[in-house]
Amino acid sequence: MRKLMMGNHALSYGAKLSRVQVIAAYPITPQTQVVELLSEMCANGELDAKFVKVESEHSALAASIGASAAGTRAFTATSSQGLALMHEMIHWAVGARTPVVLGNINRAMAPPWSIWTEQNDSLSQRDTGIMQVYCESNQEVQDTVIQSYKVAEKVLLPCMLVLDAFYLSHTYEPVDIPEQKLVDKYLPKFNPPYKLDPDDVHAFGGLTDAKWYYELRYKIESAIERARGEWRKADDEFGEIFGRKYGLVEDYKCEDADIMLVTSGTITGTARVTVDMLRDEGKKIGILKIRVFRPFPTDEVRDILGGAKKVACIDRNISFGQSGVFFEEIKSALYNSSHRPQIWGYIAGLGGRDVTPDTIREIVKRTEESDKPQELIWIGLKK
Amino acid sequence: MPKAKKIVWKGVDDMPEMAVSLSSMRVNKTASWRNLKPVIDYDKCKPCGICWKFCPEPAILLKEDGSPVIDYDYCKGCGICAEECPRNAITMHREER
Repeated sequence: MRKLMMGNHALSYGAKLSRVQVIAAYPITPQTQVVELLSEMCANGELDAKFVKVESEHSALAASIGASAAGTRAFTATSSQGLALMHEMIHWAVGARTPVVLGNINRAMAPPWSIWTEQNDSLSQRDTGIMQVYCESNQEVQDTVIQSYKVAEKVLLPCMLVLDAFYLSHTYEPVDIPEQKLVDKYLPKFNPPYKLDPDDVHAFGGLTDAKWYYELRYKIESAIERARGEWRKADDEFGEIFGRKYGLVEDYKCEDADIMLVTSGTITGTARVTVDMLRDEGKKIGILKIRVFRPFPTDEVRDILGGAKKVACIDRNISFGQSGVFFEEIKSALYNSSHRPQIWGYIAGLGGRDVTPDTIREIVKRTEESDKPQELIWIGLKK
Repeated sequence: MPKAKKIVWKGVDDMPEMAVSLSSMRVNKTASWRNLKPVIDYDKCKPCGICWKFCPEPAILLKEDGSPVIDYDYCKGCGICAEECPRNAITMHREER
């Protein structure tokens, strides 16, 4: 069935199709309609899940972790400051190995107050161990929720699914809602190896000294590395059943490209249209879209960008005192690679400023005309 | 009640994915770090239940006649019972190990 829906509701439908059993959420701004629709579904019996209203985002994730530790499929959603408040609990979800799926609408961090899109909220969670996936369309959002549970429950790590505020969250697009029985076939019931059970009492997350803490950290790293393969497998299987595949990255016309753009989120769609126009004008431009950010798709990035002469990375975020985060990451992936293209780093669209085809054209033009890579170029700065 | 059994693993490959106690917490005794041990002088004790009420664990159980018994498998030695006892019937003694 096809339905016109906003990105927030694509998250809700993804959660419903995944048959989540517990949803814990804080309902006030920066929250969006994700949990509003889910609460309605719980109230009218469409979804057999427990909806827990909590007093903060910190508690929302804490409750989700508890639910997941008890062996149920748990979901929560938030944005910007709400995600920042969850930070401590994200570490906990990773260490406790609870595969909670968290929908995050990318909103700029305050002050000044903003509700518009920027990736600094989610990218600030980079080193916690939570998996991160950046979506480009509402269809991809809905499908990625289902894929996230498949992978998260396999490797016992939480997963954060990220979408741009307004460009996706409040924009309506047609979304194909698959049949429930097909989703059930794809996504079996969650059955963790250890769970909270009053009949078989175990302690979780207890004090662990230097004798074994190190090994537990190694296990998290092994799990997230294993997740690379699990994402590929989950995506292939999803493609076979539902006819849609997304990859860890997407290569758009990179094969013969002289300049490759690196994008994530909705900027990708704008870049694709611009690249088509530029190709009509005889310019060989390609796009590498990074979808799965953690685990980082190092092999794919090396394979694809290794063939470029010049790379222009567009970051809707900034790691102050360094550069754009995606720029840093691809540079780091390529450093030990045999083919190292020159990379330009562009900061664009912070705080929800439009990134238009003209912005992309300017980025391409500046990269073409320059011989020496620049790491931090503010595109469209008012002077 | 099942007997506590010690589970030992050698390395990273045979340990659980997360920090979880492998044996049941029902038999997992938690008083090993007690330094001071409360001892009840039953000659002074006129069972009022105050120590039982204040014990945060709970590691003080009441017998049928209302007199308290300390469960040393779970008592952490905080001394609250000794502090609260109105008849000074509970005293704290250094643990000998």
